[in-house]
Amino acid sequence: MQPTQFTPGNGERAPLVQVSLVHKSFGNQAVLKGIDLEVGQGETLSVLGRSGTGKSVLLKLIIGLHKPDSGSIRVEGEEITRLSAKALNEVRKKIGFLFQQAALYDSLTVEENLAFPLRRHSKISEEQRKERVRELLAQVGMERDAHKLPGEISGGMQKRAGLARALALEPDILLFDEPTSGLDPITAEEICNLMLQLQKERHITSIVVTHDMHGARAVSDRIALMKDGQVLMQGTFDDLRKSQNPFVKQFLNGSEE
Amino acid sequence: MEPLTILCSIAALAHLTAERGLLPFQKLQLQKIQRSFVSFFEWFGNVGIFFGRLVWATITPPYEGKEFLRQFDELGAKSLPLVALAGAATGVVITLSTRDSLVRFGAKSFLPAVAIFSIIKESGPVITGLVISGRVAAGIGAELGAMKVTEQIDAMEASAVNTYKYLAATRVVACVLILPLLTLVTDFCGVLTGWLTHTLTDPISLRLFLDHGFKGMAFKDFLPPTFKTMVFGLIIGVVACFQGMRTSGGTEGVERAATSSVVLASLLIILADVLLVRLILTFFS
Repeated sequence: MQPTQFTPGNGERAPLVQVSLVHKSFGNQAVLKGIDLEVGQGETLSVLGRSGTGKSVLLKLIIGLHKPDSGSIRVEGEEITRLSAKALNEVRKKIGFLFQQAALYDSLTVEENLAFPLRRHSKISEEQRKERVRELLAQVGMERDAHKLPGEISGGMQKRAGLARALALEPDILLFDEPTSGLDPITAEEICNLMLQLQKERHITSIVVTHDMHGARAVSDRIALMKDGQVLMQGTFDDLRKSQNPFVKQFLNGSEE
Repeated sequence: MEPLTILCSIAALAHLTAERGLLPFQKLQLQKIQRSFVSFFEWFGNVGIFFGRLVWATITPPYEGKEFLRQFDELGAKSLPLVALAGAATGVVITLSTRDSLVRFGAKSFLPAVAIFSIIKESGPVITGLVISGRVAAGIGAELGAMKVTEQIDAMEASAVNTYKYLAATRVVACVLILPLLTLVTDFCGVLTGWLTHTLTDPISLRLFLDHGFKGMAFKDFLPPTFKTMVFGLIIGVVACFQGMRTSGGTEGVERAATSSVVLASLLIILADVLLVRLILTFFS
């Protein structure tokens, strides 16, 4: 089946992230086989697919943690695959990344984790930095846990702290790698609500890699379904539901037809 | 024959033999040898690239002064009790074993000189290198390995932080600078316990012991062996950071990174010592 043609935001929003014909292999294993995606300004795109289809690799390519074998990746119009390390870091400052396991620095407290990007990249005073950390903690409801180490808080709290850290530099783009995986339904809902709140308040552009169909439906403007390293179909949840493709139907229903 | 030539000949021979009509299990064995051979060179190549990036990260601004001081304290100050103990034990062992030999040859009066020369010129630096390799290389390998498998290093890079500069360069420079200082501690404790051991059997004042021991010793006997430990520090830092930062495979990978850091660093320290002793003898004797 050919991927569904799509104009981001029905032509209303300029693409902020463009991924064109990207291939990526690890050793002999081809993970991405010519992937094409576009995400418009303020849009939330969820990327779904079975485990091992290269969804997380796609996010790491967008932030420049991996280099593609071929193809083009543009962030805010800049081709990131050809940037120097210094220029790439400038682009990275505009992107927040919530990792699958939150990836909080385990030798630092929650508060220090949040202050880390601010300390390194913003020229605000110590008092302003403390105030900003307090704001971020309040945003994710973790004011009381500021002095705890990551090992002393639950998985859901780690995700929330990771999200707060990703927001520290007020990024234009947020990348979420499995934001609700391993969480109970209530905590997963809290994370989804936080994401929706961000969209509403800051009109932030997001790419969400997830297996959680319910969460994806709740937070996304559009959904892209990946199969065998390619985008099989993309569109709204209703577009996917109307599809007659057996894989799409199976994925939505969670069982074989 | 050069070791490199021998290794190349083995590889060529293995390749040629593999082409001939061998039994499948023999071919499998040969392929294994070939793979190990290739990965041996690959490892050195990758360490070389890593080292190049590390040097560049170290010399170019901005500098990570605060993190360097933290590492200096973490790797250096916290290793003090360990090297003091190792130095003390070395002093006792060297004095006891040397005394026994010297008594047999009727040269007991040389004991302070032999013990002090032995500690300062060789035992002190090597023991410090090996002890620090055990503590620090395992620590760095495990810490960076755990950070790698839990995506903390990726998170740092995603936050626009140069991890070569922040994580590796600070640790390597701390290792290089801390080793000579810790060697002084090892030497001091070794000489002190050497005197204590000596004086328990043949009472001698500390002053007389030191006078006899340092008689005939010049700075060229003391400085090169002490400063050669900077190379040991470089080996410990580079090997441990390299092994840690390329960890994969979860908890098992972290364990592998920690173990391989210690084993490789210790092995390379001993090999480097052979070369350094030869160089010191050539240039300073």
